Amino acid sequence: MATRERKGILGEKLGMTQVWDETGRLVPVTVVKAGPCVVTQVRTPDRDGYDAIQLGFGAIDPRKVNKPLTGHYDAAGVPPRRHLVEIRTSDASTYTLGQEITADVFEPGAVVDVVSTSKGKGYAGVMKRHGFGGLGAGHGVQRKHRSPGSIGACATPARVFKGTRMAGRMGNVKTTTLNLKVHSVDAEKGVVLVKGAIPGPTGVLVLIRSAAKVSLSRGGAA
Amino acid sequence: MQTLDSIDAASLRTDIPVFRPGDTVKVHVKVVEGTRSRIQVFQGVVIRRHGGGVRETFTVRKVSFGVGVERTFPVHSPIIDHLEVVMRGDVRRAKLYYLRELRGKKAKIREKRETAPTG
Repeated sequence: MATRERKGILGEKLGMTQVWDETGRLVPVTVVKAGPCVVTQVRTPDRDGYDAIQLGFGAIDPRKVNKPLTGHYDAAGVPPRRHLVEIRTSDASTYTLGQEITADVFEPGAVVDVVSTSKGKGYAGVMKRHGFGGLGAGHGVQRKHRSPGSIGACATPARVFKGTRMAGRMGNVKTTTLNLKVHSVDAEKGVVLVKGAIPGPTGVLVLIRSAAKVSLSRGGAA
Repeated sequence: MQTLDSIDAASLRTDIPVFRPGDTVKVHVKVVEGTRSRIQVFQGVVIRRHGGGVRETFTVRKVSFGVGVERTFPVHSPIIDHLEVVMRGDVRRAKLYYLRELRGKKAKIREKRETAPTG
């Protein structure tokens, strides 16, 4: 697998607001308090078989960190962090242990993917969860307006196929939003403004990384 | 959302005068045509102010050649070159949607007297 040079940073979603761009057009943005992150491990092809960096983010009481992890952080020479994440990047060897990564790794206009945990919706029906159309509102439909209808045939196959979309727990899963644009970066405040919405509630842990599915001509990572 | 106040503060304008629904205002709008930019004036009655903070908008209504025209602007939008209040109106509502049904003299809004008449 040919890995590209990817950048990434962990942060916290602060909420959404709006700003104007230089042409006077309104831009909806999500504000992310990004970093400071610290490099806790550099993976090399010799030892690990692939190139990657591991980032730590967030304060944690060292007493809450178990012994194996404490040893891991000691090896990197940094105080323990709450969250760890790995980013595959071909230029992992240019990073050093304990190196600090701040919001200014991204330039305004960079195309990024954002990974976070979506809002939990609880036990949701098929209309909300899978976009089913439901049954008719009238014409004799009896107390079945939001039900899925048929979930399969009868004696053949005499069972419900695996993966049939039904009601169930919705949301609160890891969600990646592809190809969002960085509107602006405030390195002083450590804030990244990403155009558009990011999944999850305010305060959710957010991973911003270079877009995986964008061509170089559109500003993708090399 | 107080956490984002510091980000919104950069977008807020302080040069917009105080105005209320019922006031007649002249909005000087920047219009970009190709490479040239000019100022267009939109004069009418403010029929609503909506939202708050950086998201606040207001709607100006005028009657142009017998056709009612309403235009909604964000209060803090940079396309507004400047805004002047022509007349303070005396109204008893925050949303003046009733003006849409009125024509002619009935659609007129009385000017607000600064000192309340006594007796």
